[in-house]
Amino acid sequence: MEQFEITAYPALWEGLGMEVARFEKSRQMLSEMYRKIYLSQLNRPAGMGYFDALMAEIFGGRIEEMLAVKRAGRPVVGTFCVYIPEEVVVAAGGVCVGLCGGSQGSIPDAEKVLPRNICPMVKSAYGFKAARICPYFQTVDFVYGETTCDAKKKTWELLDRLVPTHVMEIPQMKRERDKVLWLAEVRDFKAKVEAVAGAAITAGDLAAAIRLINDKRRALQRLARLRGVRPSPISGKDALLIEQIAFYDESGRFSRKLNELCDELEGRARAGGGVAEAAAPRVMVSGTPMALPNWKVHHLLETAGAVVVNEESCIGSRYFKDLIDEGPSRLDTQLAALTERYMRIDCSCFTPNDERVEQVLKEYRQSQAQGILHYSLQFCHTYNIEEIKIREACEREGIPYLAIESDYSPEDTGQLQTRIEAFLEQIREASC
Amino acid sequence: MLIGIDLGSRAIKLVALADGAWRQSEAQESGFDPRRQALAMLEKYPASRVVATGYGRHLAQRHFASEAITEIKAHALGARHLFPECSTILDVGGQDCKVIRLDRAGRVVNFQMNDKCAAGTGRFLEIMAAILGYDLEEFGAAALSSRHETAINSMCAVFAESEVISMKNLGLPPADIARAVHLSVANRLAAMLNRAAPAGGPLVFSGGVAKNPCLVALLTQQTGSQVLVPPAPAMVGALGAALHALGGA
Repeated sequence: MEQFEITAYPALWEGLGMEVARFEKSRQMLSEMYRKIYLSQLNRPAGMGYFDALMAEIFGGRIEEMLAVKRAGRPVVGTFCVYIPEEVVVAAGGVCVGLCGGSQGSIPDAEKVLPRNICPMVKSAYGFKAARICPYFQTVDFVYGETTCDAKKKTWELLDRLVPTHVMEIPQMKRERDKVLWLAEVRDFKAKVEAVAGAAITAGDLAAAIRLINDKRRALQRLARLRGVRPSPISGKDALLIEQIAFYDESGRFSRKLNELCDELEGRARAGGGVAEAAAPRVMVSGTPMALPNWKVHHLLETAGAVVVNEESCIGSRYFKDLIDEGPSRLDTQLAALTERYMRIDCSCFTPNDERVEQVLKEYRQSQAQGILHYSLQFCHTYNIEEIKIREACEREGIPYLAIESDYSPEDTGQLQTRIEAFLEQIREASC
Repeated sequence: MLIGIDLGSRAIKLVALADGAWRQSEAQESGFDPRRQALAMLEKYPASRVVATGYGRHLAQRHFASEAITEIKAHALGARHLFPECSTILDVGGQDCKVIRLDRAGRVVNFQMNDKCAAGTGRFLEIMAAILGYDLEEFGAAALSSRHETAINSMCAVFAESEVISMKNLGLPPADIARAVHLSVANRLAAMLNRAAPAGGPLVFSGGVAKNPCLVALLTQQTGSQVLVPPAPAMVGALGAALHALGGA
């Protein structure tokens, strides 16, 4: 496994109009980072082999699969948000994919245009497209954008100049009239997808897509339950990687492979086998999403001796906790059920959003965590401010709690390490 | 002897305990090679056990210390030893500041640290003092002598330098500018205290910056708490590490 290398596809990249020489450097850096952060872990489940192999093909094999879908006239849609009605794209025979937006490397490209003091994820994403160093951006028919925050919605206007960007208005409250708005937005999105596919979506298509994506979410729920076993049979880093890959892989295959891994983890759990030592502090991470390859906080936590047992985040439970009712069989009732499911997402863009506080506490108990680390990206105002309510709830419940605000740069690693180690000392003292 | 060594960003501090009591202590600049500096300091003591803390704790553990603990834990142990009743610690060192809240048993229940930048820390005060032509001791005394009531706005050393220069050019006396700098640091520390430790009770102020009389006065005023400053405030972390060595010996 020390030979792990993300496979290079220079001819493919050239054909996609990418900056090949520069991207080749990113490929080498990411390969190195993956070897260091992932393959150095001890006691990894054998089932992770599939996900390692998928990582090796993330800049090539998977792109070719998407291009084949595109050649067949089916839509390929890129996204940054769990609000995308993925089922609609899948119903049209298309692919929905998470776009690049998780690394420092593209931020200087973005800062040539965008202000510095905005969210690193938005900057990183824009930079990937502007510099032509993300094969996914180069493959998509269009980007799905949403209005979850100010930085995003204003950046979409600029991104649209580089790649077609379809913006959906996400309501910010959950009253009846907001649900009406969201349903109208879902219908518009469906029309857009149908226009790209050149065919109408039938109730049968949508029913199959809902089942397929529900199955993916069920498999992720199963993984989350297994991490709640003490000792946890899988590392937080591996689980985070799986949650990240959920946005890249073909859904049916992903669910199958994840269920196989879960079978293995069940065996481990029955035998009482943990991935870390039994006394390792169990930490839950809550807050803003960690887009691939943002493994910074998990790596610091697990290097310091913790095991991460849950991510209450969009790349995490917020993506898979809710399912769509599979009962309805007519398009209008299916779309109503879909809308109802998406309106349960407890993103901090909503006000009020107190159900998220309840959800955090629920996941804390279910995952048998011993402390909560709240992670917020810099300039993510809604998560940063909502953090106050999470902190208050933790104080009320006597839950060890640490809030950190960070971006993708490595410059604060030293300070974060100190805080994280002190947090683990606090958990160890509280539990003895 | 049991040794606690605190490898901080600006200085290395060492406390030696014998028979459970403070025997000796010393501090040296961290220099370019903190490992060599620390080893030179350790040479003088027949140590049975060394516990390291501070930024360089892992470096120390790789080379000579038997254990490493964070500054948070070290300060909690040290401050609690000096002031058994204390529930809140404010530590302001060379590059960071932290607030630690303890429960009745002295366990850490909550802490806050400054973000990436070193605003409001010892380094910031050093830079400001240098711009005004004071050494550190004069700087605090001058600020204490002024009745100026407005803080500077910038906490970034680069912006603050421009602001201080504008004030100089407006003809403001250096002592008033010094006061303005101190006020801004005190405001920031008070806000951090409020976030981490709204509970009352006496406050232990440690770290090299606690030697500054103006900050002590301003913090007393702003928090309404009794501010307790240890006799050697910069040594609290090293003391805590030494006490940890005692506990684990």
